[in-house]
Amino acid sequence: MARAKKRQQRDDEPRRPRARRAPIIELNDVTKVYPGGHMALDRVSLAIGRGEFVFLVGPTGCGKSTLIKMLIRELDATEGQVKIAGRDIGALSEKKIPQLRRNIGTVFQDFKLLPNRTVYDNVAYALQVIGASRAEIREQVPATLRLVGLSTKLNSYPDQLSGGEQQRVSVARAFVNHPPLLLADEPSGNLDPVTSIGIMQLLYRINKTGTTVVVVTHDREMVDNMRRRVVELYEGRVVRDEVSGGYTEESTGEFGLRMQAGMGIGSEGEARTNGHDHEHLV
Amino acid sequence: MGRLIFFIQEAARAMRRNAAPSLAAIVTTAVTVILLGVLIPIFQTAQAKSDEVRGQLNVQYALFGDATQAETAALGNELRGIPHVAKVVYVTKAQALKTLSGELKDKSIVSELKTNPLPNSFEVFADDAGNLPGIREAVYPNGPKGEPFNPIIANEFDRQHSAQKIEQVTSALKIVLTVITALLIIASLMLIGNTIRLSIYTRRREVEVMRLVGATRWFIRWPFMLEGVVVGFAGGLAAILILWLGKITIVDPLSETFHFLEAQNDASVNFPELMVVLFAAAVIVSTLGSGLTLRRFLKV
Repeated sequence: MARAKKRQQRDDEPRRPRARRAPIIELNDVTKVYPGGHMALDRVSLAIGRGEFVFLVGPTGCGKSTLIKMLIRELDATEGQVKIAGRDIGALSEKKIPQLRRNIGTVFQDFKLLPNRTVYDNVAYALQVIGASRAEIREQVPATLRLVGLSTKLNSYPDQLSGGEQQRVSVARAFVNHPPLLLADEPSGNLDPVTSIGIMQLLYRINKTGTTVVVVTHDREMVDNMRRRVVELYEGRVVRDEVSGGYTEESTGEFGLRMQAGMGIGSEGEARTNGHDHEHLV
Repeated sequence: MGRLIFFIQEAARAMRRNAAPSLAAIVTTAVTVILLGVLIPIFQTAQAKSDEVRGQLNVQYALFGDATQAETAALGNELRGIPHVAKVVYVTKAQALKTLSGELKDKSIVSELKTNPLPNSFEVFADDAGNLPGIREAVYPNGPKGEPFNPIIANEFDRQHSAQKIEQVTSALKIVLTVITALLIIASLMLIGNTIRLSIYTRRREVEVMRLVGATRWFIRWPFMLEGVVVGFAGGLAAILILWLGKITIVDPLSETFHFLEAQNDASVNFPELMVVLFAAAVIVSTLGSGLTLRRFLKV
């Protein structure tokens, strides 16, 4: 009963005129300063529309993970606004945070599976949390596991699976209740290139169903191949934001150079920056 | 209802998959309850015994056999007039003999007596054990070797000296037992707390994952608390069984021989009552312990 109400709430959301127009993720001058004084994000503004597939790239320590953690309110912004579907999540009470997280699927480098549960139960847990009925669970879980290609391993435990398989379980869990937004923090960080491609294809397929997908990655080749929007962070600032489709061989090369050095070198070409010039980097 | 079943299943699963920490928690709880189940009766018995001895603290004055009834009555009033005297009881020689024969195991000693050698006496009770010396001084103004304030008093019974010693010993015993019991209670609570914390700590990543997929605090907490209930229940039950076995095999047979243990049985300690209290305490401590320990891992 409670679940029906929650479902209702979520389904209602896009129908509200304000929410319909609002981007699914909107950051307005978001700054994050850690207690030690380290500035992880510096006045970041960013908008990601519904249904987009976005890569978030940048060297270690550039603030990517901080950004992801803010989107699920594991961290609070020091300044600025983080909006999900038009709602300022900084204003959410602690009680509402689980609600927010149910609408955001998350995939992590270390899979974060529950070691004491089978593949089936791991995926089912995400539905149990939102109060799904047994019938729903029995229907959704196998279907989602089929989607990720693990229908034969329902009763295996995470430690009996390969890294790639574990990550598929993690993706299945993130997607099983069809959230409007899916965040993947280095999903292929622990995987070999072939397996990584499989995971990316999976994320791409999920994106095709209408779910917005944000992928944090170091994998340059992946970004090159997928040709999707790329947002690059450097020292807490957005230094590049290339829209989908406008991602050419040239810019890939440039991206590669910059990834290698961990900073901007040479001409910037057509890379669209977000208020910050590359002079900052040199 | 479906939720409750789910939580119970979750708790059962967790205990199955983390058998070692769960068992450790059960054993710790059982040991603590046994400890308390043994110590509390001992403590209460000592308390009761010491109170009993305290209540017995009195001075007894033997009277000369030739004292007249009027003289005796006058002395009684005089004794009552001494400050801090709570009660004065006249004990006839016949009564004294009866009491003595009741205290002696071998009754034949009394029956063999041709005459009653015991004197009539006054038992003087103080309102507090500490005031007894003052009363004795009032009766013997010139010290124990001097003349009593009333000539019909023959002598002072020796009994209060030993009574005072018992009083000292029991109050010391009481303090020691209080300290030991308090320390043990603190230690066992910390032990239980630590065991629970350990078993939860090994699962903190699990809790982290649960939070990530949007589980509410109580959704995460319920299975842990149910686990606490089961641990407390199992530990408490095991302890009570052991205590009960100990009572019927060791304490009960011995209490027929030893007066001290008998006092334990009919004193303030009620065994079933104590067991119920300890059992409830085990379940509550274990449940709340689980719930509270989890709090730090539930911080967003």
